[in-house]
Amino acid sequence: MKIHEYQAKEILAAYGVPVPKGEVVTAASDAKRVASRLGGTVVVKAQIHAGGRGKGGGVKLARSAEEAERIASAILGKPLVTPQTGPEGTIVRQVLIEEGVDIRRELYAGIVLDRKASMPVVMASEAGGMEIEEVAARSPEKILKVAVDPAVGFSAFAGRKLAYGLALDGGLAAQGADLFSKLYRVFQEKDCSLAEINPLVQTGGGLLALDAKITFDDNALFRHQEIVALRDLHEEAPLEVEASRFRLSYIKLDGNVGCMVNGAGLAMATMDIIKLAGGEPANFLDVGGGASAEQIENAFRILLADKGIRAVLINIFGGILRCDRLAEGLIQAVKTLQVKVPVVIRMEGTNVELGRQMLDESGLNFLTASTMGDAATRAVEAAKGVHRS
Amino acid sequence: MSILVDNNTRLVVQGITGKEGSFHARGCLEYGTKVVAGVTPGKGGVIHEGIPVFNSVIQSVQETGANTSLIFVPPAFAADAILEAADAGIAVIVCITEGIPALDMVKVSRYLQGKTTRLVGPNCPGVISPGKAKVGIMPGHIHLPGPVGVISRSGTLTYEAVWQLTQRGIGQSTCVGVGGDPIIGTNFVDCLHLFRDDPQTEAVLLIGEIGGTAEEEAATFVKAHIDRTVIGYVAGMTAPPGRRMGHAGAIIAGGKGTATEKVHAMEAAGIRVCRSPAEMGVMVEKSLQGK
Repeated sequence: MKIHEYQAKEILAAYGVPVPKGEVVTAASDAKRVASRLGGTVVVKAQIHAGGRGKGGGVKLARSAEEAERIASAILGKPLVTPQTGPEGTIVRQVLIEEGVDIRRELYAGIVLDRKASMPVVMASEAGGMEIEEVAARSPEKILKVAVDPAVGFSAFAGRKLAYGLALDGGLAAQGADLFSKLYRVFQEKDCSLAEINPLVQTGGGLLALDAKITFDDNALFRHQEIVALRDLHEEAPLEVEASRFRLSYIKLDGNVGCMVNGAGLAMATMDIIKLAGGEPANFLDVGGGASAEQIENAFRILLADKGIRAVLINIFGGILRCDRLAEGLIQAVKTLQVKVPVVIRMEGTNVELGRQMLDESGLNFLTASTMGDAATRAVEAAKGVHRS
Repeated sequence: MSILVDNNTRLVVQGITGKEGSFHARGCLEYGTKVVAGVTPGKGGVIHEGIPVFNSVIQSVQETGANTSLIFVPPAFAADAILEAADAGIAVIVCITEGIPALDMVKVSRYLQGKTTRLVGPNCPGVISPGKAKVGIMPGHIHLPGPVGVISRSGTLTYEAVWQLTQRGIGQSTCVGVGGDPIIGTNFVDCLHLFRDDPQTEAVLLIGEIGGTAEEEAATFVKAHIDRTVIGYVAGMTAPPGRRMGHAGAIIAGGKGTATEKVHAMEAAGIRVCRSPAEMGVMVEKSLQGK
């Protein structure tokens, strides 16, 4: 789960990581009030989850409270397009007004889970302000890494190693080491999958988290109600929110062949085979291993809400699942929801012949296929052949 | 021969009195697996599905000689269940549970370091050596004993692959679902290692997906250490970056972990990679025929 920059900074501040003074507002008049309270130059920062906000014009300096109000009013309520949002952009509902900071150096501090080592790894770099992936690709030697053994935790020496590695000296080195240890506590105690300060800036008064990004492990949200409360549904596609209510895993794509599959790996493979057959998948949709009649009806409703769909491909490898029951569920759902587009079904499991026969004789717009390849070809052809008036 | 599970497997099912645990314990038993015990704390002494239930794994080991465990414990308690099984000296732990917090698995991995216990999963369909033992939730009847080892990060996609093989009369030595989570016990390389030392296994089908670097590591290992045929497939060619595709581990992060990168790494190591998931069976068939 993702959160906004201002929320990430609130968490960091609660753990004692220094962040710039500021306040998040939803109205331009409040932006003026906060800017005049902070005094001097302030920064107006659009709060959306997508990165690249600076490049999209979502981060601006204001030299007066009036200018802060003007900028906030130009940004608020409008879509912000960044390299990560897609062409339609994301509507900005909140802006963070922060004090201007005198920046001497821009550094990087971040923690991710290293899958290969099965441990969290704390990273630091003098190349702050750039995307860390870019630094990793171009000059990996500029990234310092410390893997944290969970049996020991984050040691004081590891903090010093990173701080001295960043060429921090004197009091700054101690502050840096302390900051890494606090960031690790956030990562550990809040079950993060990413905790990143980029840039971590060196100012005349010490180190400061100028920008922050935290994402959480969805699997651990059950023990963090305080984090769940930070979820911003505006940032998620409405259909994906709806799908998550039914514990369906749905991701909308741009194509016109909808698909409904049991299991994530098979769902990805089904998307791929639609593409190989010359079509474009409209979505990823995993209905789970069981594929009950109720889940199928929910899944159909989500799929059909996407008006671009011209055909649906259902691929269910049930194994022990009864295909006649599955067919019954499908027929019911198609009748109830008055599905108009052709539905191609490939299923495996017990009573598969009976299931196919039921679909073929239903008088509904079903096409059955016996293999994945065959199903994909039929679905793509059906999608090309449909002309709606 | 085969790997991980066979006729010597004596299975204890942790979480046997739950809905999933009951159902699949019965499924394993019906397949012919020696299911010798179940564990549910507080229900020790009960007989469930004809299987004796114990309060702890160590009791089940002492009373029944269980050497393999299958876990259906809910996510919040599953890591603890794995630790308990390892502490009791279980040799192979298969954890089916989906949704275990990643940092819980960090601790589990650390705990298992240096121990002989092998963990498969979590978030996996389990392990089956056709005709010998089924330790998992896969449909047993689609399998056939034979020469192909199957390793995969997913569930139903593995069934799809196995079905393509079986329909061609090609059997399997062992099929291992290693799991869809970012942190798992047994990885592709571990399985390849085991298959290399298994005389029954003539070829290996490796089914990967986007996210992480397991396929690249497998490719490096195959190039250096495996002389038998390896056939591959990678799911997620059309997956958008930055989105978690159902499995917690199936995500292209920071531009890394794409299907294209993985396919290239595998092909560079001499692995024959299928472009289409519909070709897995036919590709294995051709490879076995030396074509």
